[in-house]
Parts: sequence; C-alpha cells; structure tokens
Amino acid sequence: MLKTLLAFLLAFAPAAQSAGQLRFSLHADPKTFHPLRVEDSSSETIRYLTGGVLIRVNRYTQELEGELASKWKVLEGGRRIEFELRPNVQFSDGTPLSCEDVAFTIQQLMDPALHSATGDAFRSAPGPVETKCSGPFTGMARFPGPIAALAAQFDQVAILSAHSPRKEAAVLGPFMVAEYKPGSFLILRRNPNYWKRDAAGRRLPYLDSIRLDILQNRELELLRFRRGEIDLVNGLDAEMYDRLAAEMPGAVRDAGPSLDSELVFFNQVPGSPVPDYKRRWFRSADFRLAISEAIDRDDLVRILYRGHARPAVGPVSTANHFWLNASLNPPIHSPQDALERLKRAGFRRSGDTLVDPDGRRVEFSMITNAGNKVHERMLALIQQDLAKVGVQLNVVTLDFPSLIERITRSFNYESVLMALTNVGLDPNDQMNVWVSSADNHQWNPNQKTPDTPWEAEIDKLMLSQAGSQDRARRKAAFDRVQHILAEQAPMIFLLNPDALGAVSGNVRNETPALLRPQFYWNAERLDIGPGWVSRK
Amino acid sequence: MTRAQKAALLVLALAALASLLAGWLASSSYSEQFRDAISAPPSARFPLGTDELGRDRFARLLYGTRISLLLAPAAALLSTLIAALLGGTAGYLGGRWERAVTTGIDLFLSLPWLFLLLAVRALLPLNTSPLASVVITFLLLGCLGWASPARMIRAGTRTLLNSDYLVQARASGITAARLFWRHLLPNLRPILLAQFWVSIPVFILSEANLGLLGLGVSEPLPSWGAMLRELENYTAVLRNPWMLAPAVLLIAVVSSLQLLLRTEDCNPC
Repeated sequence: MLKTLLAFLLAFAPAAQSAGQLRFSLHADPKTFHPLRVEDSSSETIRYLTGGVLIRVNRYTQELEGELASKWKVLEGGRRIEFELRPNVQFSDGTPLSCEDVAFTIQQLMDPALHSATGDAFRSAPGPVETKCSGPFTGMARFPGPIAALAAQFDQVAILSAHSPRKEAAVLGPFMVAEYKPGSFLILRRNPNYWKRDAAGRRLPYLDSIRLDILQNRELELLRFRRGEIDLVNGLDAEMYDRLAAEMPGAVRDAGPSLDSELVFFNQVPGSPVPDYKRRWFRSADFRLAISEAIDRDDLVRILYRGHARPAVGPVSTANHFWLNASLNPPIHSPQDALERLKRAGFRRSGDTLVDPDGRRVEFSMITNAGNKVHERMLALIQQDLAKVGVQLNVVTLDFPSLIERITRSFNYESVLMALTNVGLDPNDQMNVWVSSADNHQWNPNQKTPDTPWEAEIDKLMLSQAGSQDRARRKAAFDRVQHILAEQAPMIFLLNPDALGAVSGNVRNETPALLRPQFYWNAERLDIGPGWVSRK
Repeated sequence: MTRAQKAALLVLALAALASLLAGWLASSSYSEQFRDAISAPPSARFPLGTDELGRDRFARLLYGTRISLLLAPAAALLSTLIAALLGGTAGYLGGRWERAVTTGIDLFLSLPWLFLLLAVRALLPLNTSPLASVVITFLLLGCLGWASPARMIRAGTRTLLNSDYLVQARASGITAARLFWRHLLPNLRPILLAQFWVSIPVFILSEANLGLLGLGVSEPLPSWGAMLRELENYTAVLRNPWMLAPAVLLIAVVSSLQLLLRTEDCNPC
C-alpha cells in the first residue's frame, strides 16, 4: 500500500530540469536499445534520436537526404546500393566511422539469428547479402533480390560500430543514452562527437539532453504539460487537443493530415464463414461504392475529430505530396446517389429496409476494437448513415486479439472498421496490401492468382513500378492503382486524422512535420529557452 | 421498515416508473442523432443536453435505466437459481457431490471472470441485434455469477441440516420431500433473498464496467455503463455537471437496493 502511494506521489512529483534539457514522454518502456531489433514505438524514438543513418527521409520536405552517406546510387533495379561516407565522422565514444562499420551493420541486419524486423524490409529473396568496401569511405551492398525503395529503407538502419568496445552503445546520432530507470525515465545526453553543424558552423545538437518520462496515461501526460513539467506532446487526440487549445491556445499544433487513415472493408474471402449471398453483396463494386457514398465523411470529421481530420481520398493521404493522385476527390456523401447505385445493382427498398435481388434484407455486422472510443462512435454514426439507405448495421466491439484473429486467420467477420498506421511515403511500402498474393491484402488475402481483372491490373502496376527507377513512370503506375481503388473501393477510406501535438513556448526551432515523429523530427536543431512559458 | 428504507423504495419505484414511461417522458428516441446539436446543454427539448453524437441524454438515461432495472434482477434471479440448485443440493446431499460442487465453486471463483466474459462474448455470433446482445450480456453475467452465492447457500444448508430441530425431524422419520419443502426451503429463504438482492447491484455495476471497456450493450441501445464512459472526459464533466446524471442515478439505485437489503437481513423469516 505504502509502495503504491509512494509510486503515485512520485508520478506527480516534478523532476528537476537541467539547463538545455528538453522533456517529453514515452508511453511505455523501450523494449530494446539495440537499433536493429526495434519493434515498438518507444524503442523507435530512442533509435531516431540516437542512431546515425546513411540516408534520411526529411520529415518536412519528404525528400531523401544524405546523412552519413554524402552520395549514394541505387543500381540493378534496387538490388545494389553504392555509397560514399562523409569523412571524419566519429561514434559517440570517439571510434572513427568507416565503410567497415556500414558493412558490419548490413551483415548484422541480414543475420537471420538477429530476427531484425528492420531487416525484414531487405529480405526480398533468399540468399546472403554481399558487402564490399573499396576504400575507407566507399563501399557497396548487394542484396539477394530487388528491394522496394531501397535508399529510403536505410532511414531505419542505424549504423553500428564494428570496432567499438561499447558495441551498440556507441552511436552516430545527435544523442546517446546516459541514464535509464525502467518505468520512470530515460535521459539522453548530447553526443559530443555528432558530425552535423549548423549554418554558422556551430556543432549540433543545441540541446544538452533530453529527458523522456515514461507515462502510460495520456491524461497524466497532458496534466504534466499543462504544469510545465514536459515541453512537448507528440500525438494528441482531437478531444485532448481542443481541451488544451481552450487553456493554452499558443501551445497546440495541428500539423495537418497525417499518413494514417480510418477505413472499412468487407470480407470477400472465398470459403470464409460468411453466407454466400452476403459475399455476393460484398464482392459487388456497386454495393461497396454505395456504402461509401452513404457514409457522411464530413460529419465524421466534424463530430468525431472536431475538424482535425480530412475526408480521405484513397490509400494515399494528402500528406503524401508526391504520390497522391491529385485528380481524385473524396466520395461525395449522397444517400440518394447511393440508393440509385444500389437499384442499378438489383437492390430495392421495401419500406424502410433495403432488400437484395433475392428479397433478402440487407443486414451485416461491422466489427471494431473495443475500448476505442473514436471507433465506437464512428460506428454509431455510420450505423445511422446506413439506416438512411435501409441498411441494418450491427455494431460489434471485440477485444483486439479477437478482432485480429477474425480478420487474419478465421475470416469470421463481415466487415471491419479499423485504423491504418502508415509510416512510409513510397508505394512500395504498401506492396503487402495491394498485391493480391500478399498476407495483408485484407479483403481477400493470399490469392494464388488474382481473383478479379482489376486486382490483376493492380498486381501488374505495383510490380512494374517497384521494378522501375524512373520516378515519373512509377508515379503514373501508382496513380492508376489509386484510380482503380477509387473505382472498386475494396477498402473504403474514410478520413485521415491530423497530426496533433503540443509544444511549450520555450522550445525553439520547432517545425511540425506531417511524418512521424512530427514534433521532434529535427531534434538536433531544437533548443530550449530559460524559464517556463507554459501558460499563454 | 425504516424511514430510510421507505425513501429507498420510493427512489426505486420512481426510477422504475420513469423508465417504463420513457416513451412519454422523452421527446425523442434514444438513438436519433441530432448532428447539429452535438454536446448541447440542457434545454426544454433536451433536459439533460445531448451527448457527443447529438443524442438526447435524458431519453438515453430513461431507456438505459429500463435495461438495467429489468435485466439486472433477471440476471440476479438466474444466478440465484443456479446457486440454489448447486449449493443447496451440495449442502443437502454432502459427500462426493458436495466435494465436486465445492471444487467447482473454488475453480469458478479463481477464474478471471472478466476475461472469461470477454472470451465468451468474442464467440457469440456477430449478427446479433442490439436487444439480443443486451439480453445475452446479462444472461452471461447471470450464468457466471452463481459461485459466490452457491458457497453461501451450501454453508447455510449444512448449518440448517445440523440444527437441532432438523436432526429431531429426521429422527422422527420425516420424508426427504417434506424435510426439504417444509423445513429446509423456508429457512433458506432469507439467504436466497439476500443473495438475490446483493447480486442486483453487482450485475448493474458489472454491466457498467463492461460498458466502460466498450464491451457492454451494443450501439445504439443505451445503458448506464455506456453512458458512464462520457465521464472519462473530466473537464467536460466539470463544465457540464448534468453529465453526472447516470452516475447519480446508479448510486441512488444501488444505495437504495443496499438499504432494502438490510430489511431482509434484519427480519429473517
């Protein structure tokens, strides 16, 4: 009892802040500090802040930038990369960086014994990876098969030292782990050997340290921010954002639509425990498009996200500047058009209910994860929208493991509402969703041969863009994929929530970006002023 | 009956009456979304304002009360009947049967019932109407809530069987049926009634807990549990204290039931 009370009091006790220290929170302890073993978001944060990578996706411009690699070239259709390293770069312990470190890292990454999730993106074919150094700063890596967006994949690969006695504790990023108290906090200290300098020639980072408090409770995190005990909150829900905006209007940041999306899809898996007549509905593009038209996306945005979201155009968020097919628009909400479309497909109204060509009442269930307030409310809104066209929607909330089991193994579901978290910009990051043979082709996965002509066309387009290094050709192919998806609606994209956060007034140089980590992506350039300016 | 108990009875009667007259008292349906009046304050049209989807909170409270007040006693009756059957026969028959039932009770009590409930719910057919889902939820609660009462009833039965007057009755050659109906059951009545009354608030709160986890009554049906989820947003509650209405009603009903239960404790048959 005393221990519990003490832990509670400690959770509320403000920690002393050092000068030049930025403070924010992680929502769980990092599961690993090994940068190649990262699988959870807390470890990813540590890797982002401490790891040095060859090539970085600039979260603001969304372009690739050389970090440790001053030059690189992707060859052999994405199988081989040649790179040239910046000279005079040192790890945090003073060990110099050389091509051997990069080769060592790539070999480690591809070592099956390490079970690296980051490495999975590089395993497009069986066989060993070949690495070769032609000089201290030049080298190449040749992978057994072509790798989609090979250069961009290196954004996730923190280079390890082949020679440092400190092993993975020797880092090339702007910060290094200095202290960790599990369940409580983690301190990252400035890497004195960080290679990057600002325009005035001053060595980065500006901050002396970052303190990451481990706070699972989002309300507590918000309370601490309001009390000025943490400096930024990366990721707020719309309700918390509005609450904070009312109290501290200068602190909240809406970076605009994120890459994430909310979507609905129907079970089209042959042989799944869905009645045949329902599967016929779900396999009808007219039926899916009518459901899409019947849903009022503007109301979802206004009511559930308080305006901090955008109706989705398709699988590519408007945040993805280059790959979005700009000729597409979000479906217009029109119950009348939905009914017309359903009539053309043989459905008809019988009183207040919609019946199919065989006279069966159109009723289906939609599952979502229990405890997710936004999803539960979204389903209630969709339920009323669909009732207007005579469709009876049964809302089912399930605990998350049951939901995943149903949509990935037993296929015992009719439709599902879920969120899609997207981290990559490149269409190749979505290969496992759009190619019909893929596991994550959720509405009908693992097809031996494409089930429909439009899925066959998508397969062809996705493979052709993946094998091309010509950006314009790739864009044209992926534009067509988006067009087909808009015509067929195998997944009904509802909206893209905005990236919301809060930054206290004493943080300088903050530039919110649309890509994760939106509010500290430029951590090496963030600075902190004296005193608290938390309430405005 | 004390004055407090009379007041408790009045509270319960009023709550029950209001819920039964929901169709007349509420101006709109519990499920209708007034999307232009999201989170509206109380008004003549919406006496308790609207929720975050623009639904009349007053109508939802009345219909939610109807669900809780109808189905919680039904679940309590079911669990008490199962408990009486298993606990009573275990205490009456003794021997192997008693050991088997006691082991079953211990096993059941050691199960994490919430996870069991989640697992059972996950196995239910998906196309269940909201009304069927609420009945199933309370049915599950009733079926899972028998263990504690069964233990009490078993102990009560054993005590009764060993009492002087029953030993005397058996020695005088009374038939088993007469012993059961004439002597055992009437004397078990206070325990059965107590278990029934105790179970009602337990099931009301269980549904509320499930509602808080999003696993209670399906949309669009209202329930106290689902309405209590609104209270997670504490700043909204501070600004809109009328959001506390379901919590106040829940406390009033559960407290009233507890007060009435005391009557049963104080006046055994």
